[in-house]
Order: sequence, then C-alpha cells, then structure tokens
Amino acid sequence: MSNGDRIIRVNYLARVEGEGSLLIKLKGDQAAEVQLGIFEPPRFFEAFLRGRAHREVPDITSRICGICPVAYMMSACHAMEDALGIRVTGQLRALRRLLYAGEWVESHALHVFFLHAPDFLGYPDGFAMAKEHGEWIRKGLRIKKAGNAIVALLGGREIHPVNVRIGGFYRAPTRAELEPLLPELRWAREACTESLMWMSTFSFPSLERDYEFVALRHDEEYPFCEGRVVSSKGLDLPLCEFDAHFEEEQVPYSNALHARVRERGAYLCGPLARFNLNFDRLSPEIQALAAKVGLGAPCRNPFKNILVRLIEMAHAFEQAISVIERYELPAEPCVSAPTRASTGFGGTEAPRGLLYHRYQLDDEGTILDAKIVAPTSQNQKTIEEDLFALAPELLQLPHEDATRRAEQAIRNHDPCISCATHFLKLRVEQA
Amino acid sequence: MNETRPKLAVWKFASCDGCQLSLLDLEDELLALADAVDIAYFREATSRESNGPFDLSLVDGSIARPEDIDQIREVRRRSRHVVALGACATAGGIQALRNFASVEKYKSLVYAKPEYIHALAESKGIAEFIRVDFELRGCPPNKHQLLEVVSAFLAGRRPNVAAHSVCVDCKLSGNVCVMVTGTPCLGPITHAGCGALCPTYRRGCYGCYGPAEAPNTQSMARAFQHAGVPDVDLVRVLRTFNANAPAFRKESERHE
Repeated sequence: MSNGDRIIRVNYLARVEGEGSLLIKLKGDQAAEVQLGIFEPPRFFEAFLRGRAHREVPDITSRICGICPVAYMMSACHAMEDALGIRVTGQLRALRRLLYAGEWVESHALHVFFLHAPDFLGYPDGFAMAKEHGEWIRKGLRIKKAGNAIVALLGGREIHPVNVRIGGFYRAPTRAELEPLLPELRWAREACTESLMWMSTFSFPSLERDYEFVALRHDEEYPFCEGRVVSSKGLDLPLCEFDAHFEEEQVPYSNALHARVRERGAYLCGPLARFNLNFDRLSPEIQALAAKVGLGAPCRNPFKNILVRLIEMAHAFEQAISVIERYELPAEPCVSAPTRASTGFGGTEAPRGLLYHRYQLDDEGTILDAKIVAPTSQNQKTIEEDLFALAPELLQLPHEDATRRAEQAIRNHDPCISCATHFLKLRVEQA
Repeated sequence: MNETRPKLAVWKFASCDGCQLSLLDLEDELLALADAVDIAYFREATSRESNGPFDLSLVDGSIARPEDIDQIREVRRRSRHVVALGACATAGGIQALRNFASVEKYKSLVYAKPEYIHALAESKGIAEFIRVDFELRGCPPNKHQLLEVVSAFLAGRRPNVAAHSVCVDCKLSGNVCVMVTGTPCLGPITHAGCGALCPTYRRGCYGCYGPAEAPNTQSMARAFQHAGVPDVDLVRVLRTFNANAPAFRKESERHE
C-alpha cells in the first residue's frame, strides 16, 4: 500500500441498534472500498414464520426490533388485512395513527438526543453530553417519555405492545383514558420546536447527494401506514408491485441483505426521503417550522436528518393531539373476516423508513411464505455510497476525527442492525 | 470522574435489542443511574469502551453463533455478577424455533448464499454455557424490575422479583378471568412480571415471560383442549418467545 493509502476501521459501531462494523479503504483522494459489515446474528424470521397462524404474525414479527415493534406489527396487520379483504377505518384507523406517532417519537427522540447529538457536540454519549447540556438531554428524555406514554397506554407497554391485532385492537381505550395525555403532548410539541431551533445551530458538514428517495405517499396525509410507493426518480406503484421493482442481494461481509431498485441501484428511505417526497402533506404549521430553520424540499444533506427527525416528531405530536381531541370510543375494538387462500402486502413508514411485508396464506390462514424488507437493509448500500462521497473530506482529517466523522455519517441514517439481519460493524483501516 | 463507582456493562447477543432498550426507557431514572454507576460498556448507548473487570454485566440475547460461546465465557471471566436479561438470554428467544427444525434449511430459505452465514443448530439461553447469578424474565422484561435487579446487585442483596404465575398478579389487579369467558390464557403457567397485561387488555396471556415456578403445564393443556383449542394451536402458543424453556418445550412435544 502506497503512502497515500489509509484504512479506517471500526470493529463494533457504537450508538446504533445492533452489531455492525465499518471498513473504509482510502486510496489517493477517494475511497477504494467501503464495507458496512453486519455481524448481528441471523435469526431466520422468514423461515420460522412458515407454518404459523396468520393471527400470530404481528406479535412474532414485533420481536424483529425492540426499537420499532409497532412498525412490524402494523406492516404485518396491513398485509394480513390485505390478504383477507379487511378495511380498518374511522376511529380504529385513528388509534393506529396514534400508536404509530408514539413509536416515531420514542425512536426519533432516543436517536436525536442520545445517539446522534453527541456526534455534533463531540461527546462519546448522551451521559457525557448531559454533564454540560443537561437541560437538553432532560428535555429529550421527557419528549421520549411522552411518546412512550402513548404506546404504553394504547399498547399495554412501550416495547412489544400486547394490544395490537389484525383488524384493530383487543381493547379500545376510552376518551377519559386518552385525554390525560394531552397536556404533556402539547408541551412536547413545543419542546420539539425549541430543540429544533437549538440543533439548527449545530455545524453541518456540506455533503449533498443525488439520492433516489423512496417513501410511501398518501392522498392526503404525511405517510404512516398507507400509500403508494413513490420515488424521486419516477417510481409510483402499489405495494403489490414492490418486488417487481426492488430486489435484495447478499454480500459476503454482511448478514443483512442489500436492497436496490432493480433498474438503478441504491436508494434511500427514512425521514429524509419522507420529508422530500411528502413535504406538501405536512400541515402549514409544520412546514413553517421547517422554513424557520431553512429546511424545505429538496434537502439532500444526510447530516440534516437530525433536524428532519425533530420536524417529524413535531408532526407526530400534532397528529397525536388531533386524534385524541377527535376521539370517540368505537363500537367494536376490531374488524374480523374469515381466512382464505391469498397473498397480502403490507407497507408502513417505520421510523427508519419503508417496512415491507408480504405473506402467502392457505385457506386456514397458515403462512406458506413470508418476505420482510427492513428499512436498514434498504439503506445499507446508500450508507456505503455516502461514505464514498465523504472520502475526500475524511482524507483531510486526522485519523481519529475521520473515524468519528464516518461514524457520524452512518448514524445519519439511524441504522437498525437488529432489523436488517436478516445488518452493522464499522472498520476504517489505516495502513 | 469518580472511579470508585461500580462498573456496569451491557452485552448483546442474538436479540431484538429491546431488553437493553428497556434501560434507556427508564427516562426518569437514567441520568441518576449513570451518576451512580460507571456505564463502562454499552455499545447501543456509548462509544466508550472498557475492558473491565465489571461489577455487573447485563446480557441481552441468546447464544446462536459459534463465536458467541467464547464471547459469553469472556463476559463471565470479566464480570463479578452476570444477569441474563429477557427471554432470549434466559431461554433462547423466538430464534430458538430453529431448535425444532433444521438450521441448514432455515439458512437456505432466507439467504441466497447460505454458506456465508454462521449459525449454531440451536439458539440457547446463556445459563447453558456459563454460571448466571440471576435471570430476569420477559419479552421484554419489566423496566422497573430491571432497575430493581441492578440496584440489588449493586447493594449486594438478592433482587426482589416474584416467581409466581401471572394469575396471582391478575387476581391482585381485580381482572375478570378471561378463561371464564372462553379465551385461552397461559396465565396459570406463566412467570409474573408484566403486571398481567394481556388479560387487562382482554386477551389471553401468550407466555412471553416463560414458565412460572413449578408450572402445571399438563393441566393447562387440558384446559386449552376443553376450550376447543386443537393440538396444532396448543403447540403454537407454547412455542413462541420461550419455546426452548424446558417446561414449555416438553409440553409442546407432548402435543406434536
């Protein structure tokens, strides 16, 4: 290896969910090789789902991820409902939006305040950051707790909620149970604005990338659980055509599959993709909030993801408040339908991006085949490409700073390795 | 920094990350906890990395790859106390469903190139490989019980965590028994800790805390059969997040 060659290596990435590594080989003024390795042990969900009953799938797939179990439950429910011809509407649909909003908040708040903000301020973690920025860490924890309170009340508990089923819920809450959440949700909505103003003063590296953004798009709403799959390079399709346009490939250094758009390659899902493809679906108040910190569509700087997450949290609180203010107890907590042999497709916007499920059922509702595509496996290739694009800057930095910057760039996308394995370890090699 | 504080480590094996997330879900206590102990190793929360020795190691996840076995033994060597956290670390987790099937077949169902994948034939709890000082059940464990366990070990006492069944907690919360209304419920044989959540939400317990102390699984199975649950579904309910826990495993094998 010549004098100009460097290797950046991180054997076990910190502040991401799960086990991953990074290796960047720098040659001349660019990266010759980037490997985001995922050594998270494979757990074979798609294999052991075969032979299970359709009604078990929401609880089972929630165990793919402790950070976004609601997303797994909802994608599974929507897929089964698609297969059985069930439509969940009215207050039951509203309650699902409330639950989903709660999960966005708990996941985004943990990442923004505890995992990612320390990168911008030069701390190893949120605990060290709390020593000098205690007010903001405490605010972040209180925001997170407001999200958790929604999931715990509606779902029974924060992690792996028990109250979700195909067609709705086991027990619908009364208005009197939900209303006490309102004052804290209103406080948290404002706290997101204050946090956004503060974090917008962080120093953002100037990377801009020509991503193909992929997200759901709904006729009226910023997407949670429904919509067509659209992209910034012209895709616009129903979920049932997902497999025709997206494929997953296996690489030797990772237990997570890499997804790509068949015709083109890497793409990006998650907050930045949702924001760019659905900016017009945010309320005028949330759009104005984004404008205040100079954000609008398009935004192609992945380091600004932290700000977009705060905007999405403000949106989630707005939605949660609206659902509760208009809530009336539904007559039945769930809608049911007889089983039939069919294939169902479900896609929802997990905190980290599009989460696709497909199930083939026999006439008794037994799973014959299951396919799950997690957001992080979709973003894996793009994260590697971000690091290729960042290489010229990494070369200008001392080794330790280069390693930290590379890790920060990975955390832009809040990778969830538990989800993707079926996914991460950072190595930056220095010769 | 006060270096006399006890050192806490959090380790992850095969899991969904939910158990260690429970620690971060202690929003009101987290900063006080981080003052009271030195969080010396916790990859999900911090870039700091200490080699130990540790006063208390919390282990999230099951032993599922060949390399996990050496790693869990290394955790034991470096730790004064080891606590297994949750269904994966205590019973192998949902990924122990492979123990009833062929892992080679599973690999080829999920991966185009199964030869790249390292996985043990069975997923197991950590007590099958090392001495464990305490097992905290649940998928996920109750975060308040988790705080109790951490406090107890740091204070040098046994954790105050009840080993009775969900039924006891359900009665204490004044729920109407869901079995009485015809809903099959694993509450009578399942370890308490969740606060009888499922019956409170009007569904049957699905056993995510694993077997209670001395569970009468055969009597439970008969009650399910009387309620009209076919054997195929009885096997399914016993084979979820604690499928490899001996009491659940044995009973499920009786109905195959």
